[in-house]
Parts: sequence; C-alpha cells; structure tokens
Amino acid sequence: MSHTIDYAEVGLKVGLEVHQQLLTDKKMFCQCPAGLYTDKHDGSILRHMRPTLSELGEYDGTALMEFKTRKNIIYLLHTSNVCTYEMDDTPPFLVNPQAIDIAIEQCLMLGCDIVDEVHIARKQYLDGSIPTGFQRTAIVGVNGRLPFRDRELGITQVSVEEDSCREVSDRGHLIVWRTDRLGMPLIETVTDPDLRTPEEVEEAILLIGRVCRSTGHVRVGLGASRQDVNVSVRGGRRVEIKGVPKAGWAPALVHGEAVRQVNLLALRDELHRRGFRQTSDLAIEHRDVTKSLAGSFLEALSQTSWERYVDDGGRRSELERGAGSFCIRAIRLIGLAGTLGWPAQPDRAFADELRGRVRVIATLDQAPILLHSEDWPVGTEGELESLREELGCAAGDGVVVVWGAEEDTLTAAEEIRLRYADAIDGIPHETRQPFEDGSTDFERILPGPDRMYPDTDSPPQRITRERVDALRAPLPEPPWSREERYSSAGVPTPVIHYLIRRGGARLVDLVVEECAADLRRACFFFGERAKGLRREGVPVDTVPDAGWCDLFQLFSRYPATWHAWRDLVDWLAANPTADLQTETEVAGFGHPPEDWQDTVADLAGDTAPIGDDKRLGHQRYVMGLAMDELRGRVPASDVEALILDLVTAQLESKAR
Amino acid sequence: MAETDQDKLRGYRGRARARLEELGVKVWSDVRLVNSAGSVFEGVILPRSGTFDDLHIVLKLKNGYNVGIHIDRVDSVEEVGYKEAVYKIPEKEFPSRPDLPKVTLLGTGGTIASRLDYRTGAVIPAFTPGELYGAVPELADICNLTTKKIFGVFSENMGWPEYEILAENIGREINAGADGIVVGHGTDTMGHTAAVLSFMVQNSPVPIVLVGSQRSSDRPSSDAALNLIHAVRTAAWADTAEVQICMFGPTSDSYALLHRGTRCRKMHSSYRSTFRTVGDIPLCIVEDDDFKYLTNDYLRRDPEREVMVDTAHDDRVTILYYYPGMKPDLVDALVEKGYRGIVIAGTGLGHVNSPLYPALERAISNGVHIVMTVQTLWGFAQMYVYDTGRDLLDIGVVPLDNMLPETALMKLGWVLGHTDDHSEVLAMMRKPINREITEREPHNGYLILQGGLPETDEFISSHWK
Repeated sequence: MSHTIDYAEVGLKVGLEVHQQLLTDKKMFCQCPAGLYTDKHDGSILRHMRPTLSELGEYDGTALMEFKTRKNIIYLLHTSNVCTYEMDDTPPFLVNPQAIDIAIEQCLMLGCDIVDEVHIARKQYLDGSIPTGFQRTAIVGVNGRLPFRDRELGITQVSVEEDSCREVSDRGHLIVWRTDRLGMPLIETVTDPDLRTPEEVEEAILLIGRVCRSTGHVRVGLGASRQDVNVSVRGGRRVEIKGVPKAGWAPALVHGEAVRQVNLLALRDELHRRGFRQTSDLAIEHRDVTKSLAGSFLEALSQTSWERYVDDGGRRSELERGAGSFCIRAIRLIGLAGTLGWPAQPDRAFADELRGRVRVIATLDQAPILLHSEDWPVGTEGELESLREELGCAAGDGVVVVWGAEEDTLTAAEEIRLRYADAIDGIPHETRQPFEDGSTDFERILPGPDRMYPDTDSPPQRITRERVDALRAPLPEPPWSREERYSSAGVPTPVIHYLIRRGGARLVDLVVEECAADLRRACFFFGERAKGLRREGVPVDTVPDAGWCDLFQLFSRYPATWHAWRDLVDWLAANPTADLQTETEVAGFGHPPEDWQDTVADLAGDTAPIGDDKRLGHQRYVMGLAMDELRGRVPASDVEALILDLVTAQLESKAR
Repeated sequence: MAETDQDKLRGYRGRARARLEELGVKVWSDVRLVNSAGSVFEGVILPRSGTFDDLHIVLKLKNGYNVGIHIDRVDSVEEVGYKEAVYKIPEKEFPSRPDLPKVTLLGTGGTIASRLDYRTGAVIPAFTPGELYGAVPELADICNLTTKKIFGVFSENMGWPEYEILAENIGREINAGADGIVVGHGTDTMGHTAAVLSFMVQNSPVPIVLVGSQRSSDRPSSDAALNLIHAVRTAAWADTAEVQICMFGPTSDSYALLHRGTRCRKMHSSYRSTFRTVGDIPLCIVEDDDFKYLTNDYLRRDPEREVMVDTAHDDRVTILYYYPGMKPDLVDALVEKGYRGIVIAGTGLGHVNSPLYPALERAISNGVHIVMTVQTLWGFAQMYVYDTGRDLLDIGVVPLDNMLPETALMKLGWVLGHTDDHSEVLAMMRKPINREITEREPHNGYLILQGGLPETDEFISSHWK
C-alpha cells in the first residue's frame, strides 16, 4: 500500500452493517420458495423509478440523484422462483412468521432487546434493485452487546428485510436485474461505530458471522452473507462501502477509505486556501467541442468508436443510449489546476472521483470515461493546447473532456461542478462499491432517513414476551463461551470456528452430552474428519442426530470400534435411517472374534524377518493385514501388542 | 374520545391514550424514551392507526424506522422537541403556453397523485395543477392544465349521485372550451363509471379519458405518473372523442391502451395491465410520442359538435349473478324490495335453472325489466340455441347479446330514468349507443394467452410483459 497512516491519529471510526440471509422455506412476503436461484429467465419487464415524497414531506437526496440518471430498468423473471409479488404486480402477503422467529432468535444471540411491535417500513432504492422502488424492512431488536477483544461491541439494531435483485449488467441508461434472490428474508445487524483499525473490522465481521451461524438457522454459501462497512476519519463523513462479500477484503478497503478521506480533507484545505469557500466561488464553464475535435488522434473521442461501443451493448442498445447526438464537451475548471491529479484513495486521483460520478449519474461509461489536463494522453498534447486556447484557459485552469450522447454530456458537466462543490465541503456522504484489490468506486449518494416511510400494505406485528421467551429457551450457547470451552480442551481455533460456522458445534455438544463422548475427539471428528468426508462427496449431512448418537455410543461402549470410524460413517451416510446398533451387532463390531489371536499368529507366519533392522517394517506389514480383518472388533493396541510378542518370540527362537 | 385532526393523541385510544396523557407527551413530540430493558429510543411519536391495538406507542426513530413500544415497558419519556409533519408535494406554478391545448382534470379520488395519511395508512390525493406539476413536470409540455376536485372518494364509493355530478361537470367543462377531459378515478369501478358516462355524456367533441393507477403514487414504481401523462396526452391530442379508459397496456412501463368505455373491464385485482377490452380490440396504443390507432371505427374529435348530457337515471337496478342451485325467492325478494330492473349474468349462452322461471315470470308481470348477459364475459347470449334459453325468451327475459354485465347494469339504470314502458326499455337496451352491443366479434377480440404453452412462452420471452 502506497500510503501509511496512523489510524488513531486520523480518528478512524468504523461501523458495520452485516447482512445474513435466514434459512426459511419461503420468501418473506410471498409463498415463493427461498434459495432457488436460476441463471435463465422466461419473461422480462421494463420499468422506471420516480422519486416520491417521504413520510415527513421531503424528497430524499439520493432519490433525486437517481432520477437524474433516467435508467431503463429490466427485470428478468423465472416462473420457478418469482410470482407477481416480486414483479410488484401483487401487494405483499402477511410477513413470513418463520422469518420473524429466526430474526428474533438472531437478536437474542446478539444480546438485543426485542421491540414490542414490529413495524414494516419502506426504504427507498431507486437504482432498480427492488421493483417496488423500496425494500420492506423492520427493526426487530435494539441495544445489543457482543464481547469483542477486551471490550464490548455495541449492536445498534437488527432489522429483518427482504433481499434485493442480483445485478446482471449496467451499461449506459440500461440496468438489468435478475429477480430470483428478491424477497429472500435476511437480517441486517448494525454495529455501533466502535471499530478502530482495519484488522478489528475483519475480526468483527467474522465474530458476527459466527454468532449468526451458531443457531444453524441462517443460510451459508456464496452471497448468503454480505456486509456494508461504514468508514469515517476525524473531520470526514460516513462513507458506506457496500456489499463487501468477504471479511478478508475489509482491511484493505478500510485502509483505502481512510487514506481517501485524509487526502480529500487536504484537498478541501487547498481549495479553501485558493479562495474556494462555497459553491458559488466555483466558476466552471463548458462548451461543445465536437467539431474542433472531429479529427482527433484520440481513439476514444471519435464518433465511430462511440457508436461501436454503444452497439456492442447487444440487442437493446436503444435502451442504453442517451438523448441527443454524439457530443464532445470540454469543461474549463477555472483556478483549479492541480486538483485533478490530487491524490485520493491509494493509487487514484481526484479525477477518479469525477469519473465515478460521471459514470453513474451521467451514465457515460466508455473507458476512460473522461480525459483531463493533468493526465493527458502522451503524444496528443497539441490537441490539449488548442482546446485550452478555444476555452480561453489561463495557466491556473484545469480541463476535463467528456463524450457521449449530448444530454448526458450536459449532466456530466453539471456533476463535475457538483463534485467540486462537495470537495469544498470535504467528504461527500457516499455509498461506494468495493473491489478485491482494496479500491472502491462511487455507487450513489448515501441515502438519509428521509427515504423511509411506513409500509401501508403490511400491518404491524406484535411480538409478545411469551414468544420471545419461547425462542430464547432452546438457543445455543454463545460462540465465545463455546470457544473458551473447546479451546481449554485443546482444540485449535480454526477448528472451533469451523464447527461454529458450519453447525458442527451443535453435534459436538450433542454427542458429548448424550453419549459421554470425549470433547476433543468429537471436535476433531466433526471439525476435521466429517469435513474431509464432505469434501470427498460422502453425504454426511444426511445423517440424522440419532445416527451420530448411536455412533458415539458405540465408540464409548466398544473403544475398538473407533478405528472403524470411516467404515461406520460411510455406512451411516448410505443408510441414514437404518439402525446402526443392529447392523454393528450383526457384523460383530466391538466383539473380538474368539480365535482372533490365532488369526494374527497365522498372518505373522512362521518366519521372522532377517535381522533387527527389518523388524519394524515387518511388524507394520502384519499390523496392516491384521487390522483389515479385525478393525472395529479388537482394539488396535491389543493387536499391536500381540504382534510385538509374536515377532519377538520368532526372533529369539531364530537367534537360538 | 372525540378524534379530530386537532387531536393531540391522534389514533391512540384506551390504555395507550391514557398512558400518553399520563406521560405528558403527544403525537409529533420528539422524545427520548427509555424502556424497562434500558433501551433508549429517540424519535418522534407518530399518530397510530385507529384500527391497531391500544397497547403500543409508535415512534419514528432518527434513522427513519418505526417501532412500536408496549406501554407497560415504557420506563420514562422526555420530550425534547416537537416536529409536526407537513404533508406537502413541492408546488410550482403550472406553466401556461398559448400553443398547447387546454385540458381539464376532474378528480373523483383514487391514487393518481397522492401522499400518505398515517392514521388510516391511506393515501391523500395531491391534486392542484401546482402539486401535479411538482410531481409530474412532464405534463407542462403537453397541455395547459386545469384541475377540479369533484369528490375525494374511493372508487367503490362512487354511485349514481356521483355519476350525475360527474357527467354534468364534464359537460360544463366541454362547453367552457376544454380540448379534452381527464377523469382521475380509482380503478376498482372505473369500468362502471366509463360505461355510465358513455350513456350520460354523448356526442362529445373531445376525448373524455378515465385514468387511475394500480400502484399508488407514493411509491417509486408507481404507474400513476405514466398513466397520467398518457391520459393527459390523449385528452389533449388524440382523435378519439369518446369516453375511454387509458391505462397500462403491458405491466412494463411502456405504452398505454385506450379502451372504449362500454367494453372495458378490470381483469386482475392488482396487475398494472389490468384493464382489457372484452369482445373487441382497443381503440389505440398511446406511446411516448405517438398514437397508433387500431381501428377507424370511433368518433372523431370535432370542436363543432355539441355535447349532449343526459343524466336521468333510476338506481333500482341490480345484477343477479347466477349460480347452480339459486333459489327463486331471491328474485321474489328483489321484486318485493322494489327493484325495477334486473341484469342476469347467466351461465353459458345465457341460462338459469328452471326453478327460477316462475319467479322470473312473476317479476316480469310485476313490471320488472329483466335482461340477460353472460358471466363468461366473452361471447354472446344466444338463448335460442337450447330449450332452456327458448323458455326464458318466452317468459320475457331479453338477451343483450355481448353486452358486459356491468355495462348492462349501468345502461339499465340510465334507461329506466327515461321510461318505464317495457317495450321502450327493451328497445333502448338493445339499441347500442356506443358499441355496448357489437354485431360482430372479431377473432382477436377473445385472446387469453394460456401460459405454459410453448408458443405463448416464446411470445412472452420476446415481448415486454
């Protein structure tokens, strides 16, 4: 990383919004099956979004921004996983009680106070990710606490909400969404902004994940959990890095955002120093330079290249194209020379901040989105010079060039002015999209509370204390106390975390409690052995609790059977409903055959190996043959002792 | 427990109301509330729907979420401010352009433009030209808009008194020089209103367009704005000077269809593309910048033509939706209660069971006018095909061919306002005013694509639903 900063010194503050899908049979507001994803569609609809008034009587800023982009929104539908509810052609059905129960359970695990009456609200999203234009969401718990390092991590609130669509593509004025995931119930856990370093952020994500998963009632796998990371530094503002898919991405993203905010605050000071103190101090002019650049050497600026780019979008290019004919627009930034190349996030400049806005809001997305005077393509400096002349630029002015449909270039010029206005103010409230390399890009203006209003289609749900108590009773032990218990039995942390995440911990505790199994052995069994078998494709997850109990009872009663664990598990997985006890008795498991010593003696043979140096290999060879016959019936230690005796006797007789 | 708009505890009753009084806070109080678990809630106390229980206080938290807090779990409340919500759609002066036609929008209620009401969860219409311009600025490029709020009712509360007032208002606006009329209307009974207006307002020189929305305008995905744009453009510029319904063609935000007022029906309780012309094809496709007329067979716009408004009616009419096993006493009861006209929605080609015959005979001899339509909606009442039908004809039940049952009801009420003479009534019923009966049913007048068939699915995958 190119920038190092002292997180405490810059006042880094991070909070999380962890999203976790719940393991329900059906979706949240309709009877569609949950968790059934498709990559095909058998219908599609075209929609648009308009901003609306919120409950308190104002338009939300994000809403207005997104309206400016005038996106054509396509929803891809498949009859197997969506109904007319997802299409917003049928009002919601009553909220899925299973989802509310699991959400309450999660809240209790997170130490929350459960609200008495759950009110479903509509949270506006005009990017099209939800066909209604809002997400149905409701607070279920507040005021939670989790032990974290040597302190506590506050949980501000937990809400239950419907998941959004999956984005298929986003080009120009057209965005395409797949609706299969839409309406899946999930919870959003919001932490207090208590995290202070990038490493703490990763750790907190993993901790919340373990808490959620320890009930076994949440979904696992790709996309089942995602987090938004809210970052600010002292003097900066909360920026939301949205949809971080893996905890491991968090440290670099948080670091990058901290660096970005520190740099943007320095740019603010520089702008103030130059006399730009409010928006009206900005003097930004622009003009159509399509004609003067008609013969440009720059490939991006040619109309044919742009036409090719738009047509390349496929069969719906008419929905991608903006209004007006091809236009190249040059923007003169008076007195702002040196700001375009100003550092922002690591290895990015302020011009990239402009690119984000132009791409998203003006929908001009042909790379490199814009050209500017502080990074002008080598070899065409002459074109920049004549542009500067045409615009009447002084030495202290910067120049930006954008191109595309005429209307969009006008929006772009305005967005560039607005981004500079934000720069005078410091850090804009933004939602940013994360990338694996730790960088982010502008996604949208961060919405405020103005976008929330009550869902008049859904009555409030009363949560009685009786319901809460009934859900509290069977809750699993919190992961931190489990971790302590397992750890003191000598189980390594990665195994413990795996057990908690993937539900094996429940089985460990079951067999320890019911079958007097050894805790450490059970941990390794479910955390390592069963994991390996699952990878090999053995369907271990089909084995019912009773099957595991039978197995561990067998181990306790006849220790010899432990060595036959692999055969026994294979058999259990293949016959999940059969009775292990009967089967093992028929096969004689645990009972040594009467003549087992003769069997071993036969295998050991009459001839001892020549010399002491061959002895060990011989013993191992005989042991292997013997265990193939006796595994699960005679303890390996007994067989080994017998072989040792036999071989020793043979060697001694030979020596004589 | 009088409840008025001035009520400081709006919507709260019983125990919750007493508790709020005791706590000394009211609706719109900005509070810091601590509950018995020590959780702190900071936000504004909202009005509560009168239909909810009396055990919870609703707070809108600072982050925009609402929560309900049980009154027994409230430990302390501190009022830190007061924030009354102001419902206001940004209002801008509707621009006037001399080159554009004059359109009058008459409001009856419904959700064409609206804002939320907390207490009932209902939407309050936003309606003045200024409010509409704030919400749908595109309108200003189409016409010079005047608005008149006639009623504020849900469409299920529309009835004969409202039809009369509405028809008179339409006549007045046309005579005052409007180039087109738009009627904002709830969708549930829009078909009924379109039908009755087709009889009450005849020979219009300009389009009369009914419009509504299937998704209320308080949501971003609403069809209200686009419907309104399409309807206002139709009123201002289209050539179809009839009473018509203008609503979404497909469920996608694409084009609208103009349906003739006498032949249109709401066919889905919630889909956007719920209105369908039944037994015929629609008049026109309304696109972003074009009208595609699907037929030549309509009344043309003609400013010289004189509108005729005739609102006479009798509301003692009903629909009898026949079902197997229907008992004759139902017919007798209608006669006894003074009904003058009965539209039967019969099975198949227009049939009812034979036990009903004597009752129908009694009704007719008592001067009740009985007409037959089909509950299949598509197709004709053809009562001479089977004996049962012929028996009904003998009794004096008059078939209305392919007139829709609701249209027949509206027409019968209107006709009975003009005459009670049996043969005159029947002659008027059978003589179409605007194609409520058509001579011919085109083969594409009945199309209900059957999902699941390969050819349908192929069509659906290549067209906007």
